[in-house]
Amino acid sequence: MKCSDFLQELTNYLDGVMDDQTKTELEGHLSWCHNCYVVCDTTKKTIEIYRDSHLYELPDDLRGRLRSAIVSKCHGHKKVDPA
Amino acid sequence: MSTIETKVSEPVSDELALVQKAKGGDVSAFEELVKRYDRNVFRIAQHITQNREDAEDVVQDAFLKAYGNLNQFQGQSKFYTWLVRIAVNEALMKLRRRRPERMISLDEEVKTEEDSVPREVADWSPNPEQQYSQAELREILTKTIQGLPPGFRTVFVLRDVEGLSTEETADALELSVPAVKSRLLRARLQLRERLSRYFQKRDSGNGKAKPTSGDGNS
Repeated sequence: MKCSDFLQELTNYLDGVMDDQTKTELEGHLSWCHNCYVVCDTTKKTIEIYRDSHLYELPDDLRGRLRSAIVSKCHGHKKVDPA
Repeated sequence: MSTIETKVSEPVSDELALVQKAKGGDVSAFEELVKRYDRNVFRIAQHITQNREDAEDVVQDAFLKAYGNLNQFQGQSKFYTWLVRIAVNEALMKLRRRRPERMISLDEEVKTEEDSVPREVADWSPNPEQQYSQAELREILTKTIQGLPPGFRTVFVLRDVEGLSTEETADALELSVPAVKSRLLRARLQLRERLSRYFQKRDSGNGKAKPTSGDGNS
C-alpha cells in the first residue's frame, strides 16, 4: 500500500467504516510508515480538538431573546391546513 | 490506532409527536423543538456566515421557515436533519449577500495545493491545546476553520462538530455520499496541516510553537 492509498482511506479508517481486510492493510502500513502514522494521529486530534472546542456557543441571554422572538412570530403565523 | 468516537444522538422518541402537535398549531410543542436545536443551528450558522448578527438572523429565519413549512416535513429523515438543511440554505443566502463578488456553492469543486498529500508531517506535542490559553486556542481554531472554503467547512462542521452521520450530512446538504466523504477528507487534512503550524512538537524549550509559515488563514 502506498501513502496516497492510505490517505484516500483515512476518513473511512477514522470513522471505522471499512471491512476487516482493508483495516488490516491500513494498520500494516501504519506500523512502518511514520509519516502516515503522524498524519492519522494528528488528524484524529484535529477532529477531537474542534469537537471539544465549544466554538460559537449561544449565550443564555441571546438564546432567550431569540426564542421569545421565534415563539411570538409563530403565534402570529396563521396555521392552515394542519396535516 | 483507535477510531474517533461519534456523538450522533439517537432519534428522540417523542420528537415526531412534538412535530405532529406543532403541525396542528401547538406553538409550545414547537418551542420544545427550538430548545432542543437552537444551539446547534446557531453554531452551524456562525461557522458558515462567520458573522454573529447573520447567525442570529439565521436561527430566527430557519425556525420560522421550519414552522411555516412543517406540513412538508414527511418524516423520512430526522426533524433535525430537515432543520439543518433549512438552516444551511439560510446561512448560505446570508453569506452570498455579504460576498456577492464570490460564487458560493456547496457543490463547488475546489482544488487547492493542500489537497491529498500533506506536506507538514511534524508530530504534535502530547497535549497541544494546553500550550495555549483558552482565548488563544479559540482564536487559533476560529481563524483556521474560517480559512477553509465554505463547502469544506460546512461538511466538517456538520459531520465532525455536530456529529451528523455521513448519510445525514449528505441529506442535509443535498450532496452525494461520495461528495461528502471527499470534502470531509480534504477538510480534515487541510485543518490538520494548518493546525500543525501551532501544535507541532518543538525541538527544545517549552515556549509556544510559532507558526512556521503563512498565517494559517489563506
